Amino acid sequence: MPDGTAARLDGDVGLELLRSMWRIRVFEERVGELTRADEVHGLVHLSVGQEAVAVGVCGQLRTEDAVYSGHRAHGHAIAKGAPLGRVLAELMGRDGGLCRGLGGSMHLVDVEHGFLGATGVVGGNVPLALGSALAGRLLGGDQVAVVFFGDGAVQGGVFVESVNLATLWALPVILVCENNGFAEFTPRSAHTNVERVSDVVAPYDIERETVDGNDVVAVRDAFARFLAEARQGSGPMLLECLTHRLRGHYEGDPQRYRQALAADEWQELDPILRLERRGVSDGWLEQDAPARLEQDARDEVEAAVLFARESPFPSPDMTAALVYAT
Amino acid sequence: MTATTYLQAITDTLADAMRADSRVLILGEDVAEGGPWGATAGLAEEFGSERVRNTPISEAAICGVAVGAAQSGLRPVVEIMFVDFVTLALDQLVNQAAKAHFMSGGQLTVPLVLRTQGGAGQRGAAQHSQSLEAWLTHVPGLKVVMPSTAADAAGLLVSALADPNPVVFVENKTLYFRKENVPNERDSVRIGRARVVRPGGDVTVVALSRLVSESVAAAEELAAEGIDVEVIDPRTLAPLDLETIVESVARTHRLVVAHEAVVHGGFGAEIAAQVQEAAFDELDAPIARVGAPFTPVPFSPPLEDAYLPGRDDVATAVRAALAG
Repeated sequence: MPDGTAARLDGDVGLELLRSMWRIRVFEERVGELTRADEVHGLVHLSVGQEAVAVGVCGQLRTEDAVYSGHRAHGHAIAKGAPLGRVLAELMGRDGGLCRGLGGSMHLVDVEHGFLGATGVVGGNVPLALGSALAGRLLGGDQVAVVFFGDGAVQGGVFVESVNLATLWALPVILVCENNGFAEFTPRSAHTNVERVSDVVAPYDIERETVDGNDVVAVRDAFARFLAEARQGSGPMLLECLTHRLRGHYEGDPQRYRQALAADEWQELDPILRLERRGVSDGWLEQDAPARLEQDARDEVEAAVLFARESPFPSPDMTAALVYAT
Repeated sequence: MTATTYLQAITDTLADAMRADSRVLILGEDVAEGGPWGATAGLAEEFGSERVRNTPISEAAICGVAVGAAQSGLRPVVEIMFVDFVTLALDQLVNQAAKAHFMSGGQLTVPLVLRTQGGAGQRGAAQHSQSLEAWLTHVPGLKVVMPSTAADAAGLLVSALADPNPVVFVENKTLYFRKENVPNERDSVRIGRARVVRPGGDVTVVALSRLVSESVAAAEELAAEGIDVEVIDPRTLAPLDLETIVESVARTHRLVVAHEAVVHGGFGAEIAAQVQEAAFDELDAPIARVGAPFTPVPFSPPLEDAYLPGRDDVATAVRAALAG
């Protein structure tokens, strides 16, 4: 069965989606290496395998649309426009990082690109996106707010409070759930009897859809429909993307709780390979293009590594200076 | 001078702020109806339900919405009906609001005012009577203010509304309806500036919130015994105006700290520690702390009355400091 819409995908769009996914894939794999080399510090959660969600959603947003994310946020920040070098410098705790080295992997913020931030507390980001949507409405703009969260966030009270409030106030916020089937180390079935997140919110009569989150075109198409409505001031909506976290919960996770996918199973799921196969069969992707796209991403990531390594650590004076805004 | 109440001063200040700045909005349970004491009475009628937003009983989401709104250009004022319910919003307050500016390397600001009220004395029992301000002062990034008069409530609220940081504004339910004369012009009170409520030369009493007027009453009683007490209201706990307190202690050489909160781990411990670090040699007696015993607030009226620290406790502590 073909991926995404039956309609033919525009080749330029397809190439852009591939480029964006490759940038995140290669970045994340490199971050994994740098974590093991102790150049990237702290708790690191990679999104390898989930790139289609970040790219399918963020690629359609404007800079002024606010995006919030959680602990697995690198891909979302990059897809929203954060420069690779500054993301990596942040993960390395450097002054040239997005947050001058004070946030780290779980707390990326890039206001210039409308990435209002990641939070390390599962579910804590959801009401923030509502507030941003409310501000957009009261200040008279047509910007929307988007929040990414995992299926693990849905069992928390603040999620239910937020869905209730967003529907009550009809806020133009799009809730994007990356349902990778695991909340940290535990399968969804051990946390709840409700398999689909879209079913959790059903009583609120919220517009919702569950898509194959490893099919970037499916994510993009579903999100485009929601986005068009949110631009007109409608909302909220929930997009549930069924996806697969290829790596552990965090870097170093021995993953005793699950069986790794066989290589051929992953080939069928990998959002990059899937779009490449489609591009070749549709005729907008040449046979040798994937290798070139991957190499371009590798070159860009290596430049980011150089940038980050050359950035100094922040001055200790900065700590006290940034407790309060002045 | 105009006669007003602590509560009316808050209502009037909120109304002025909303007239002056369309970014100011109020969020909270029953705020459109004025709330249980009437702090927001009349505001929904003047400013509409978009800017005076009734919310469900969802403290975490309310506070989170306010944080997000503040990060995106609004100036939200959140009302948490009882400080006891701040517990439900602590992730948003402590992990999100307090740290956003710092963790973003200065990119984000959270100009948010969280109004709440605490204190016992109304038979509310242990879940509607607490004084939890010390917890909040322990979190870098939050400012914590605790006005004891109508004039300070108005003046500090003006400053809180203009502050680019999250400010927790802790009112006291037993002060709401006290009549007070305030200046016609509402002056802002700088956050981080204490007030010498009553000058004196023998003992310094640093008192918070309801204990300020209790300490003044104690001072008047002690004056009849020839004891001259200076009463200082820090007004803001974070940041704390240590200088004014230390200057006083350097004259009196004796310090009593008084608040309604449980003594153990209360903010009085922080004041005592900072004063002895700054002025150990000035002290002629151990620093005394007045506050509640280490129990939840009891319900039964005689038990609650016995639990509540007040003027007699302050007077006893002052006499002991002079005897020591």
